[in-house]
Amino acid sequence: MNSMRPMNRKARKVEDAVSAMTGDVHALQDKKNNGKVYYPMGCTLNFTPGWEVDVSGGTAGLCQPVERDLFDCYLGCGWPAQVPDHLNNAPNWTDKCASAANDWRNVDIVFP
Amino acid sequence: MTGAVLTESPYRLREYHAFDSGGTQFLYLVPSGAIFALNEIGREIVECVGEEDRTREELVATLGERGYAEEDIEVALTELEQSDVIFSRGGTFIEKPKVPTRSFPLQRVVLHVTNQCNLACGYCYEYSGDKISETQGKPKNMDASVAEAAIDMLIKESAERPSVHVTFFGGETLLNFPLLRHTVGYAKTKCAEVGKSVEFSLTTNATLLNEENVEFLAEHRVGITVSIDGDRELNDKMRIFHDGRGSYDVIVPKIKMLLERHRTNSIGARVTLSAGVLQVRKIYQHLTQEVGFKAVGFSPATANPERLYHIGVQKMSSILGGFEDLAWEYRDWAVAGKQHGFTNANDTLKDLHSGISKAYPCGAGLGLLGVGTAGDLSLCHRFVDSPVGKMGHLQQGGVDHAARNNFLETHNLSSRYDCHTCWARPVCAGGCYHEAFVHYGDTSAANLHYCDWIRGWNDLCLRIYGEISLQNPSFLDRFSDN
Repeated sequence: MNSMRPMNRKARKVEDAVSAMTGDVHALQDKKNNGKVYYPMGCTLNFTPGWEVDVSGGTAGLCQPVERDLFDCYLGCGWPAQVPDHLNNAPNWTDKCASAANDWRNVDIVFP
Repeated sequence: MTGAVLTESPYRLREYHAFDSGGTQFLYLVPSGAIFALNEIGREIVECVGEEDRTREELVATLGERGYAEEDIEVALTELEQSDVIFSRGGTFIEKPKVPTRSFPLQRVVLHVTNQCNLACGYCYEYSGDKISETQGKPKNMDASVAEAAIDMLIKESAERPSVHVTFFGGETLLNFPLLRHTVGYAKTKCAEVGKSVEFSLTTNATLLNEENVEFLAEHRVGITVSIDGDRELNDKMRIFHDGRGSYDVIVPKIKMLLERHRTNSIGARVTLSAGVLQVRKIYQHLTQEVGFKAVGFSPATANPERLYHIGVQKMSSILGGFEDLAWEYRDWAVAGKQHGFTNANDTLKDLHSGISKAYPCGAGLGLLGVGTAGDLSLCHRFVDSPVGKMGHLQQGGVDHAARNNFLETHNLSSRYDCHTCWARPVCAGGCYHEAFVHYGDTSAANLHYCDWIRGWNDLCLRIYGEISLQNPSFLDRFSDN
């Protein structure tokens, strides 16, 4: 609160009630960071379905095509569970896809 | 009415008590009991709203001229409005929850283990001119069957509460020590069977303390309140035996033995102030330094104004002066991180810290009931065996829930109209039912003869709270557990 400071326990409860009324949802924003985009570590900390910003915090490389998600999970977050195993079983699955935005149709289909 | 008109409604101040402490302005909000320290912008808004009617737009403009950013002003106005400091007809405020008072589980019984006393204190409400109990035909001492029934009733009526409390009262409680000993054992056994914990306390005049009963009280962690009014001269003005001898010389060696041997629970002195016994500082110093008490509390004798020992308005203000003296000393100790023994200040600060907002002045009839020697249930220990405040009978149907509910409905703060404009009502709620009955013949009357005193005392404690919260806030953590 910027107008007054709670001093006793009841005042802290009032403060909680007021901030529940006036507070906002801070998705990918962080007020402490002067309004700059707050970028959580890993998409699982993000409760929105899919990326709203790209790995650099901008919008130029958003999830189009959807395969962009695969690469962000796999490369950006080091979370290979959603993509084929690039090390042992499907080392070549993205060989024909140099740029996801342009060549996404060339990503191989891998059958487990 | 259109939205446009609503937003143009001027702001007004809501109900609060403002006080300065340590160079900071605080607000004590009523009825919530919240204490806030105002920041610069908050202080200016409250001042502006208090000066004249201003709309939101006008306030933003006025404060903008004083150099505040519009966004800060808007946020501050919304905060102050939603915290119930200011309001406008078009504004919003948080709906307060209604607290149900029915089915309130019992927490404590006060057992009148005896109607007898070996002292004849002049101001005693049990025996003096203001006596309201009718003990004719009632046994002098409570017997085991009544005490056991009281414990059984307490366990049943306490419902889901994990802990209960038994207070022994009288008369002089130690005149019936055998029953006290039996009841402690019975209550412990019965509470253990149902998985509840039980605590005990008693009030005594200390004349009958001996090594045997002190050892028992210490073993069972019985909290003790000792009635004593100061040094020999002051104590013996009122606290005398039936033959007129003073009790001081008899009780002090016993109290010292008690303080030496009983370390398992608190032992406090309870001083009853009356017309000739008003020297608060002198009494406190004697009881802490000479006798050895760690905690001393004061209470004015309840009396009809016609009684000689009644404390008039003028003398009540001298008591406030004495309280103020000790309370500032409490502040000094608290800032230094030490616990001072002035329990009146301690108790009020504890209430202020939690932000208590009472619907009833005390727990009488709510979480507490008194039990007479014959098993009569009453509002509290002061109404035991009185025709007023009857709450049933242990062996005739137990708690009279209809009477209890009726009492709670008619004595809620909302029906005490005299209190509705008083800022101290969150902590006072109208005051003691017994005091009101003795003064006005009506338990539901507000104790108007104490109002200025109560407000003066609470204002003092708020200022002390403010200073402690600024200078040593960690001291207040000790109030947070309960």
